[in-house]
Amino acid sequence: MKLSRSDAEDFLIRETALLDSWKLMEWADLFTEDGEYLVPATDDPEGKAGKSLFLIYDDRHRLGERAKRLLKPTAHSEFPHSRTRHMISNVTTAEGDNGAIPVSCNFVVFRSRMEVTNIYPGHAEYLLVQGGDGLRIRSKKAVLDVDALRPHGKISIIL
Amino acid sequence: MQLSDLIIDDRHQARFKVHRSAFVSDEILALERERVFSKCWLYLGHSSELKKPGDFISRRVGGRPLLYTRGKDNALHALYNTCPHRGALVCRERSGNRRAFTCGYHAWTFDDCGRFLGMPGREALPPEATEDGKLDLVEVERMEEFRGFVFVCFDRNAMPLRDYLAGAAEYLEYVADQGRDGMEIVTGTQDYCVNANWKLLQENSADGYHGVPTHSTYFDYIRSRDNSNFGGMNAKGWVKNLGNGHAVSESIGLLPWGRPYARWAPGWGEEAKAEVETLNREIMQRLGPERGNVVANGDRNLLIFPNLVVNDVMATTIRTFYPVRPDHMEVSAWCIAPTGESESSRDRRLRNFVEFLGPAGFATPDDVEMLELCQRGYANAASAPYNDLSRGMLSNAPTKTDELQMRTFWRRWHQLVADDAARELTGP
Repeated sequence: MKLSRSDAEDFLIRETALLDSWKLMEWADLFTEDGEYLVPATDDPEGKAGKSLFLIYDDRHRLGERAKRLLKPTAHSEFPHSRTRHMISNVTTAEGDNGAIPVSCNFVVFRSRMEVTNIYPGHAEYLLVQGGDGLRIRSKKAVLDVDALRPHGKISIIL
Repeated sequence: MQLSDLIIDDRHQARFKVHRSAFVSDEILALERERVFSKCWLYLGHSSELKKPGDFISRRVGGRPLLYTRGKDNALHALYNTCPHRGALVCRERSGNRRAFTCGYHAWTFDDCGRFLGMPGREALPPEATEDGKLDLVEVERMEEFRGFVFVCFDRNAMPLRDYLAGAAEYLEYVADQGRDGMEIVTGTQDYCVNANWKLLQENSADGYHGVPTHSTYFDYIRSRDNSNFGGMNAKGWVKNLGNGHAVSESIGLLPWGRPYARWAPGWGEEAKAEVETLNREIMQRLGPERGNVVANGDRNLLIFPNLVVNDVMATTIRTFYPVRPDHMEVSAWCIAPTGESESSRDRRLRNFVEFLGPAGFATPDDVEMLELCQRGYANAASAPYNDLSRGMLSNAPTKTDELQMRTFWRRWHQLVADDAARELTGP
């Protein structure tokens, strides 16, 4: 099965709008029960989860907990919340197996907090599935185009 | 401010204060480069990172770009990554396998042991110009290995590494002993930075006192995942001065997370339990029940002076960091794991590692935040001049939530920076 580029794009716009408006539990709800959210190390962007040390290796439970954590005032790195802006472009879709549709895009995320703005450029690879209530994310992998998290220091937001 | 006054170490009144100029002063950073980073043994890498002849890694250590190679002689080499001609880096790649390195500027070429191989127009120099290694890449003054951990020192006259490590060697062995077939660095480096003074990360890395207030959201996650009721402050453990500024905080079996080698946690599920128990039995048989228990069930935050942290906790991380400015450091962290570990155990380890550790884990970003808030606060140093590190000075049995581990670091730091060998390294 295949998804049109504009349908895929609409979905990604909806997803990233949730992130930029800090509706993080709604973001987590976009994932399937077996969903995962991954960010490889900056020096091993082709690395495989479970074989290479990633920056983020979340199963469905952990990505929900990540969202929940970031909404607490005790998640110090995001209190007060940063302002973020996700830009996505160059969306592609492909024919998938087992009902999972590969979608990819380029992204840039701007994060501003305490008078500092950091920029996270990269590309994201998704596996989307069509459920009864619309598209869901089985897998989101965000691959950064930076050599190191410098000057960012951290990824305390969701890319 | 006199260098001798940077630290107040008042053992009668149980008062230990560090002057905040230590975190903001360019002059003190210059002294640190000269008296600490140019004199102490610094972590270069692990022997497992270079498996075959020609393997190389270019890495900055102590602010200096080095080339770490396994030569065709199968030996490890630490070379200064700078051409003897005009100084350009001869290697721009981060890692790989090469028989030779060619400087991009004038094409001088060196082999994987650093020896000069050739240059265009060799006849313009006299024959003796390349004799006796005169145009080889310069070797780092000292390089020594302990149980796979490779260190360099820029001071030719430094004491041997094993003596330098003092009591910390035993704790590196607890890591080295985890794997029956040795240990290896997993691919994937966590390279990040912190807008704070480098010493704050050494303090933070074995600071049990901050665990609950800074990381309550991590413990919320563990409670949610494992249905546990971990309270946090009961895991007091102990801390030790290991000599030469090294220290450890340690507990055996008290903490709520799982250890891949080998302490099962409910969040891993029943199917993982059998494998973790088998790993645990193997360690117990190989090392005996007493040492096996320390290796398998112990959680340790090891500080090796000045800037190496080995956190042997929910996974095992090697972390090192260097000042770029008084208020900015660069950090690199790796995962070390048993060689030949099963796929399922390796996967568990890597999931476990990033639940807490690293710049996108559930805890490290909040450490980074706290260190940066400290650094911002030091803008008030002229009127609010001191940090306090007095916890546990009256105790005969200091715990992880005390501050002996930081005082141990600072006493050695003060001895070196003030160039005063008479200063006491031991104390409460």
